[in-house]
Amino acid sequence: MRYIEPHAHMVSRVTDDYVHMVTAGCAAVCEPAFWAGFDRSSAAGFYDYFRQLTEHEPKRAAKFGLPHYCWLCINPKESEDTQLADEVLALIPSFLDQPTVLGIGEIGLNKNSRNEIQVLEKHVDLAARHGQLVLVHTPHLEDKLKGTRLILDVIKNESRLAPGRVIIDHVEEHTVKLVLDTGMWAGMTLYPESKCSPARAVDMVEVYGGERIWMNCACDWGVSDPLAVPKTALEMRKRGHSAAAIDRLIYQNPARFLGQCPKFKLPAD
Amino acid sequence: MTRSQILDLYFVDARHKLIDLAAFLDRWERAEGGEDFRMAAFRRALQELAGGPGDRAERVLLAFSDPTTEPIPAATTKAACGAWPGAH
Ligand SMILES: [Zn+2]
Repeated sequence: MRYIEPHAHMVSRVTDDYVHMVTAGCAAVCEPAFWAGFDRSSAAGFYDYFRQLTEHEPKRAAKFGLPHYCWLCINPKESEDTQLADEVLALIPSFLDQPTVLGIGEIGLNKNSRNEIQVLEKHVDLAARHGQLVLVHTPHLEDKLKGTRLILDVIKNESRLAPGRVIIDHVEEHTVKLVLDTGMWAGMTLYPESKCSPARAVDMVEVYGGERIWMNCACDWGVSDPLAVPKTALEMRKRGHSAAAIDRLIYQNPARFLGQCPKFKLPAD
Repeated sequence: MTRSQILDLYFVDARHKLIDLAAFLDRWERAEGGEDFRMAAFRRALQELAGGPGDRAERVLLAFSDPTTEPIPAATTKAACGAWPGAH
């Protein structure tokens, strides 16, 4: 079995996780910029984080033959401070030409505030101006439905962004159809307690089809599982899905979306 | 898959989760304290669970969701608690 892990926060993980992922068939890993679990005190903290994502982490993954890619932004949890957000947004263009940067992400909303929306709009504008792919985080729990609607409105208002170049991540049963109906991609995050279980994710694939869907583990510094995608493949196998259908969902689909960025290359390419 | 195959694969697991839910409700009742908007949302979600066919997972999620459409003036916390306080 082979798979792509399109959303994992490897800077928060131990090296053994790389060993386990590659052993399970991981062919590439992609790391969106996110919240560190605490607020950074200045834009300089983000500068160092972007260097970690673009320089250090690819080297750490390469020791296991694993291509490592990343996405850059200031995440919505730190977007309430619009001055800090502006300073971080100004840093991003100088990193966009780095060979492993795939786009802008994970942008989005957290508590659905006015400032968060303003910073989201600035990221969307940045992505449009630089022809970047976009990866969007949707809020947690009770805030997800409202946040997803607000995010879709912002992106639909940006005519320079083709829907097929945007993935809306962390969809659940009450948001997946909203996303797919716009022509954007939907990401299903296999994460304990909040977000999706493997069984629910496979349910949604069976109901809505697997055309513009990817699965990811979003493993980070919280309780999370870097092997959640291969475990979901096992769930599909238990239900009788074919090896070809599983490969389409966990390898070919993310390769198709990410391959819209010419920098994304798989080892076999 | 047939219904019988679904039961073979998931029945014991679903039974286990249902008993956990029942024990949680008992635990909450035994404890001291008053009503809470989270429990109110939980009860609405339970009604969806026992309700008509189809889309139960979606309707349970909607029972916990903020249905409003206007952005809030400012984020005063980073965390979500699992249920929308405004419904209470
Ligand atoms: Zn993430």
